[in-house]
Amino acid sequence: MGGSASMLPREALSEYQELTFLSKQEILLAYKRFSALLPKEERVNVCSARVPKSQILTLPELRANPFQHRICHVFSTSEDGDDSMSFEDFLDMLSVFSDSATSDIKSHYAFRIFDFDDDGTLDRKDLEKLVNCLTGQGEESRLSNMEMEQLIQNILEESDIDKDGTINLSEFQHVISRSPDFASSFKIIL
Amino acid sequence: MRNILKNLVINISTIHHTQLTPRVTLRCLHCGLCRCIRCSEQATEVGPAIQQDWNKYQSLQEVVTGLAWTFNKLWLPEDFPAAAPAGFLQQLPSYQSALRRRAGGSQRRAGAQGSAGLSGGEPRGPEQQGREPEARPAREQPLSIAEKRRLRDCQQADIKHLSGWQQWKRTSSKSLRKVLNEAKELSSHLELWRHDIHSIEGKFGTGIQSYFSFLRFLVLLNFIIFILMFSFVTLPSIISKYGIFNSTIAKIPPKNTEPHCTVYKPSSNEGLVYFYTYLKDLLSGTGFLEVTSLFYGYYTIDAAWFSVLNYNLPLAYLLTTFAYLALSLIWIIKRSVDGFKQNLVHGEDQFQSYCNKIFAGWDFCITDPNAAQLKHHSLLCELQADLEEERLKQKIADRTMKEKLRIYSLRICINIIVIAVLSGCFYSIFRATVFSRENSSDVSNTDFQANLLVQYLPSIVITLANFIAPQIFSFLITFEDYSPAFEIRLTLMRCVFVRLANIGVLLFSLWSHISDCATDECKACGYNYELYPCWESEVGQEMYKLTIFDFIIILSVTLFLDFPRKLLVTHCPCKPVQWCGLRVFGISDNVLEIIYGQTICWIGTFFSPLLPAIATIKYFIIFYIKKISLMHTCKPAARPLRASSSNFFFLVVLLIGLVLAFIPLGISIAYISSSKACGPFRSFNTSWAVVPDTIIKQFRDDELEHHDIGLEHDAKGAPAYSVLKTAIQLGCKAAIFLSERI
Repeated sequence: MGGSASMLPREALSEYQELTFLSKQEILLAYKRFSALLPKEERVNVCSARVPKSQILTLPELRANPFQHRICHVFSTSEDGDDSMSFEDFLDMLSVFSDSATSDIKSHYAFRIFDFDDDGTLDRKDLEKLVNCLTGQGEESRLSNMEMEQLIQNILEESDIDKDGTINLSEFQHVISRSPDFASSFKIIL
Repeated sequence: MRNILKNLVINISTIHHTQLTPRVTLRCLHCGLCRCIRCSEQATEVGPAIQQDWNKYQSLQEVVTGLAWTFNKLWLPEDFPAAAPAGFLQQLPSYQSALRRRAGGSQRRAGAQGSAGLSGGEPRGPEQQGREPEARPAREQPLSIAEKRRLRDCQQADIKHLSGWQQWKRTSSKSLRKVLNEAKELSSHLELWRHDIHSIEGKFGTGIQSYFSFLRFLVLLNFIIFILMFSFVTLPSIISKYGIFNSTIAKIPPKNTEPHCTVYKPSSNEGLVYFYTYLKDLLSGTGFLEVTSLFYGYYTIDAAWFSVLNYNLPLAYLLTTFAYLALSLIWIIKRSVDGFKQNLVHGEDQFQSYCNKIFAGWDFCITDPNAAQLKHHSLLCELQADLEEERLKQKIADRTMKEKLRIYSLRICINIIVIAVLSGCFYSIFRATVFSRENSSDVSNTDFQANLLVQYLPSIVITLANFIAPQIFSFLITFEDYSPAFEIRLTLMRCVFVRLANIGVLLFSLWSHISDCATDECKACGYNYELYPCWESEVGQEMYKLTIFDFIIILSVTLFLDFPRKLLVTHCPCKPVQWCGLRVFGISDNVLEIIYGQTICWIGTFFSPLLPAIATIKYFIIFYIKKISLMHTCKPAARPLRASSSNFFFLVVLLIGLVLAFIPLGISIAYISSSKACGPFRSFNTSWAVVPDTIIKQFRDDELEHHDIGLEHDAKGAPAYSVLKTAIQLGCKAAIFLSERI
């Protein structure tokens, strides 16, 4: 709340309201939190600054999240591939994770987040990495090989419609539409 | 665009462009040259033309995207640079002429579509993008903000080419959406406890958060019920009793009743009274509290007039009761519609499906690293348990006949034990209630504690039964050898049954005592006038006592059990204490507790119109108690219920409680004679009788008026007047005769 904090211009605010699912309050809060991540000198020009990934991961909403690296990678539009995020990337991320985002958008981005090798489908390796993310890091918090096999077999049975051993986007969206917990769990609110 | 597309000829070259990707060229029909669509290089060797129906695409951009989709497996997304195709496609002469035809923003449009389509990197249906005028708004596209901006700009450019009607439709829907967004933003400020629930969600996940959302819903529901009862029943009574706004009341003594039924002297305190008498009265609803507007006995008004308007208070009382029951039913059903849909359509299995657990398993709202650890651990346990259960199913299917017989007979034995436990509970509640009512007037006022104990005996017994029975059930179920998920569900169902049936038994024992008539005088009144001159107030007092006691128990357990336990665990390092640990915040136990309180409130509001206000305050305070208890003295359960199944479970049990509340209310309104000494239903046989009475009286008055008007206008002079009159009289008598018999 210091005097050096710059304000978000009004036209930009209404434009962001139109292009994202966030409300005015949420955009202003996001602006505040994003400027707090920048070093003091760069706070004047928030909209064009880029925050390195290490800084983004200090946010409480992301630091406890096992998918933190994937989230940064998916939403970052950085050409260098260093997964740094601009303010608009940050807004994009919050918009997808907000309450009012359509389940279409959420499932689309969930697919991209879970697709660890970015090949457009969820194959066995992706699912294995996904389950390991869920159960936690560390050797004692992993499923045994037999259990993992059984689990992946069950998942593919439930979701793989064309039986090609992988889950593509439409199969994923279909299975998500019947999942009652997805809308309430795939949510980040600042 | 269409004429260009018809003439597109697309060739695949077998010569590899790079190591990995084949060359795709577009043949220009004007000059016959083939150019690679990636690098615009002219190609001399080309492969066979691809036959496709290019007409289904609306624009060149969709063609390119469609190509990318077709060859997804061959082309990796990174290989597709954003700039090249757009530049090349614009050089096609026919495209240039199309551009010239559309003056203005088409340059931007080509640019937007060029980059918007390809940098997404994901194959998207070509039909979905850029179609006019039903295009999806920019924010619903899975693109980055910069791309959405370009898409929106070209959508706006397209608007200029639409007819006036469609333009108006577009702008009006846009402004409507803006207005709705503003309204939603404003209403979110009014939401109660938004910040508290958000912080709980961040620390504990959505399972526990759903309990607190449920509590908030009950606070609101009780508040609305209180507003309803207050404005239609209490406020008119108070206004007319004190004569404000020129109002008067009429107390019509009931006709055709014995005088002894109408004697009612509530023992208000006179003379010198001890302080603890007031405390006792406050806690048990007797004495000075009995004659206030808290209880039914205050509303001994048969009609009220506000200047010239006649306010039928008995009818209002009854209709408000029906109104709040209907309101609760509709609100609960509306809230649970989603859960029902999922459950009914997909069946129980899909709820717990593996895909749901894996893809929707992580709560992205968790911010606390400790909570994240806990969540990891609980997910691991849940997955392992489910996988084991699946392996167990195989084992169950392999059971021999002898094994099956043994297990079924064991289960029958245990169910008999469960029924015996339940009967024990019910019988003790019955005896306690009867004992309490018989002795509460006997014990003299000087023995304060004993009197209070006797008054609260039914509540104490019910609370003990609610505490002991679930422990017994969870112990017994381990012998029955069910699968873990079914065990949890069966124990839960038994606990729900115990809690709700206890209230039913209490009311039943009260009523059997009230209607217990030995003498003829008693039969003339229809109820036991000696012990219960105003029986509705007595029932109201029992409900009041239950509510107060419930609240005191919740408060004391947190203060006197949880906090000392937490102090012990943090400061005492010995093994047994550490093994005991903190209390587990069991969601289902807490939910059953508040549903039990809510059922009492629903039943009691008819007998004690201000009870919802007490319930609102009670739940308001309980929210903060539970929140503090959760944050500081409890640990979350190892396997919490999932949010979706929690919500569904809470609302189903609440609905069962509401339906169960209908039964006692229905019996007291329609079956048991209303008391003749107090209350608005003195002049009726039962409380329900006011409705048919009012309707019939209304009709009769109307018809008499019509009769008089008709006679005034020489109806007797009409032909066949006497014949018609006799015929109608006979017909009506026959109808009355028939309806009395049915």
